[in-house]
Amino acid sequence: MVTFKLNQAEVRVDAPATSPLLFVLANDLGVNGVKYGCGRSQCGSCTVLIDGEPVRSCQTPVSAAAGRSVTTLEGLLEGGKPSKLQQAFIDEQAAQCGYCAAGMIMQAQALLDRNPAPSESDVRTSLNGNLCRCGAHNRIVRAVLRAAKEA
Amino acid sequence: MTDILLDRRRLLAGAGYVALSFSIPAGDALAQAAAPAGEKPRLPGDLNAVRMISAWIRINADKTVTLLVGKVELGQGILTAVSQICADELDIDMAQLKIISGDTALVPNEGVTAGSFSMPNCGPAVRQASAEARKIMIDLAAAKLGQPAESLTVKAGVVSGGGASVSYWDLAVGQALEREATGTVKPKALADLRYVGQPVQRLDIPAKMTGGEIFVQELRPKGLLYGQVVRPPTYKAKLASLDSSAVEKTPGVVKVVRNGSFIGVIAEREEQANAAAQALFAAAKWDVEKALPGTDGMQDWLLNAKPNKVIETKKQPRAGGDPAVKTLEATYYRPYHMHASIGTSSAIATLADGVMTIQTHSQSVFETSQAIAKMLGMEPSKVRCQHVQGSGCYGHNMADDAAADAALLAAALPGKPIRLQYTREGEHRWEPYGSAMVVKTKAGLDKDGNVLDWDLTIFSTPHGTRPGGEAGNLLSARYLEKPFAMPTPVNGGAPNFAADRNGVALYEFPGHNVLTNFITDMPLRASSTRGLGAYANVFAIESFIDELATAAGVDPVAYRLRFMKDERARDAITKAAEVFGWDKWRKREGRGRGIGFAKYKNIAGYCAVALEVDVNKRNGRIRVLRAVASADSGHIVNPDGVRNQIEGGLVQSLSWTLKEEVKFDDTRVTSEDWASYPILTFNEIPPIEVALINRPGTPFLGTGEASQGPTGAALANAVFDATGVRFRRLPLTPERVKAGLTA
Ligand code: FES
Ligand code: FES
Repeated sequence: MVTFKLNQAEVRVDAPATSPLLFVLANDLGVNGVKYGCGRSQCGSCTVLIDGEPVRSCQTPVSAAAGRSVTTLEGLLEGGKPSKLQQAFIDEQAAQCGYCAAGMIMQAQALLDRNPAPSESDVRTSLNGNLCRCGAHNRIVRAVLRAAKEA
Repeated sequence: MTDILLDRRRLLAGAGYVALSFSIPAGDALAQAAAPAGEKPRLPGDLNAVRMISAWIRINADKTVTLLVGKVELGQGILTAVSQICADELDIDMAQLKIISGDTALVPNEGVTAGSFSMPNCGPAVRQASAEARKIMIDLAAAKLGQPAESLTVKAGVVSGGGASVSYWDLAVGQALEREATGTVKPKALADLRYVGQPVQRLDIPAKMTGGEIFVQELRPKGLLYGQVVRPPTYKAKLASLDSSAVEKTPGVVKVVRNGSFIGVIAEREEQANAAAQALFAAAKWDVEKALPGTDGMQDWLLNAKPNKVIETKKQPRAGGDPAVKTLEATYYRPYHMHASIGTSSAIATLADGVMTIQTHSQSVFETSQAIAKMLGMEPSKVRCQHVQGSGCYGHNMADDAAADAALLAAALPGKPIRLQYTREGEHRWEPYGSAMVVKTKAGLDKDGNVLDWDLTIFSTPHGTRPGGEAGNLLSARYLEKPFAMPTPVNGGAPNFAADRNGVALYEFPGHNVLTNFITDMPLRASSTRGLGAYANVFAIESFIDELATAAGVDPVAYRLRFMKDERARDAITKAAEVFGWDKWRKREGRGRGIGFAKYKNIAGYCAVALEVDVNKRNGRIRVLRAVASADSGHIVNPDGVRNQIEGGLVQSLSWTLKEEVKFDDTRVTSEDWASYPILTFNEIPPIEVALINRPGTPFLGTGEASQGPTGAALANAVFDATGVRFRRLPLTPERVKAGLTA
């Protein structure tokens, strides 16, 4: 049994301690905002925040989340509405398939939490480990900059 | 907002139940199309094959309209675009529209969603069906209101005239739309369009940004179990023996499925299934062959392989005239590329009450359901595929294999929904790649450097091994105890072509011959990857024309325009050059500019790409500084959608051209993850400007594959401009460029 905070709510899951946090979130807890991409910390599609820090949930055992606070894409919603960052991704139509989007937004959130007024090159550097195959990169960069500007 | 999210009621309650298709059962569409064509009027797009209006449009009692389409959303905004068209023609708000797409039991069979065909084939069908549905409603309203039909107006589905009104939902009782389209109703005039032509936001994007339910991974039926498969170490390896007893005793493992050389496992948890598959691989003994030419041997292999067919794609010998005063020749090579979807392929299958229901992100739900039925020995009508979105696919990736594998596992454990998502290595090593190709070019020139004779010769393995209703095209079916043999692939002829797609240059030359060596042996598994042969052919054509321009001492843009008669093509080239600032551009040390053009398939969208690079001569690194694309996709339904496609295609093509090559040795593929198969990242992506050329009132031209060919060539041309060295073998990695510069 592992206990942690998921998007501010206390959760208890009956999963082996070594299970990847990704699968516990997606399969035990029904979280949509995490995606399997590689399982090797190479693509970023599984990114979540643990105590505010971006981590690749595919290679993080659920035990590492015990007693800590996990934030996923769903946790960014404000009163059920998209946050500024999420809305900026919508306004910029920053996706094609959108499979990479959850990880992109979480990684960008971590950047904005640390640096509320990033330059374009800050954004690119901080997202460089998140892969997108559809070529939505420039839209994603614009979305993050827009969110920073509107904040 | 149009309802585009997971329709759980349909997807989950539906397992084990095949809805009575009120339209045309899967598979009959083609037969219908072939039927007495002479007697019936030709209808727009896919409406010609599935002619009942009710097959496309339903008017619901709950004040909504349902649009049913056979094309599916692959992340390119197609469902948004057809919704715009439908809402405009029906005079309803987009918020009143629901969509069902790609459910083989419910929607018109529109075949495969591929080849940039959705807008040309589905768009006009939806437009006509919607226009005819509106006409039927107007006529019903005229009778009901006692007003002449011409005097009535419609807004948000409410028909008004003479001070009275009645809504579609009041009118649509029973069979109103149960009739064939006539083709006699005229769609709306351009000036009356409300949504078409507007950058309407994509319907599926909000859910994807907020954790809504939209991908196949987000369907979680009760009692879901997780599957994984074990692939052999090499393509042709046979399973010699397997002791699975230890794995079967592992906690969480529900069942090990073995059928010939196919091994799969079902477990209670996803990570348990993945770990069990690894353990099974370790426990299995295989007979392995050594048969592959290896990455570096592939070009020679293609040139020396015996083609299954030599096709005269174009034969136009020059009629008389002077002999050429000079002849130039070149050989170009593209390696195998992966689709390399960010999410690995996934599917859920459930066998219940004799019906196999599969939720899949396949591009070909109809044909894949038939292929799976054959593989399982089931009646075709007992296999139902329902399209649910997955990660972008860019062609025939492993979506269909995942559907088939989930079905193989579900068949072994009836009553249980089984979800499978491949591992990264499983997808990278086993997906059907875009074929490696060699393209040879030769031109005979007059004294002014003009082309007299143009010859292009293509060497390629297949580009089309989609399921096509045949079990042998499903990967695992080839490893079963009673294996299904893979059908011999065909090249596919005019007007789309495959290996020779865009093999015929759009330029007009007095002599122009294209020969295609179609090799059906496949060292690596290959199938449709964005653009098929177009990427390599356009790379060769547009590199070579630059070489000829250099030889003639003429500016590459001016030289192209000498031979280009197609006005829209001239416009596209000129536009890209203009927006790029071609004429004002000044050469600087290490910098270069390049241009490339193609009209995709010679029948779809026009696109020219101009870009600027900086080449570091010390380490061979290419930096793309900026890129401009012009795009003419005919009448633009959604300008932002077109931009997004052009940008995305450009980025993907830069990635192919700069970095990508599937690596393999003499037994197996060694590109097994993102470290061994790197793709372009944020820091490497230039600013991109897209200049749209709108042609209102002309046919919709597909856009999804327009920019890949021109981009590759523009890049190679820019590198030549920067360095004076011509690179003809892809990818242009720093090592290769450095070696070329010091050679
Ligand atoms: S799935 Fe975790 S980084 Fe790729
Ligand atoms: S939008 Fe498809 S992978 Fe990024």
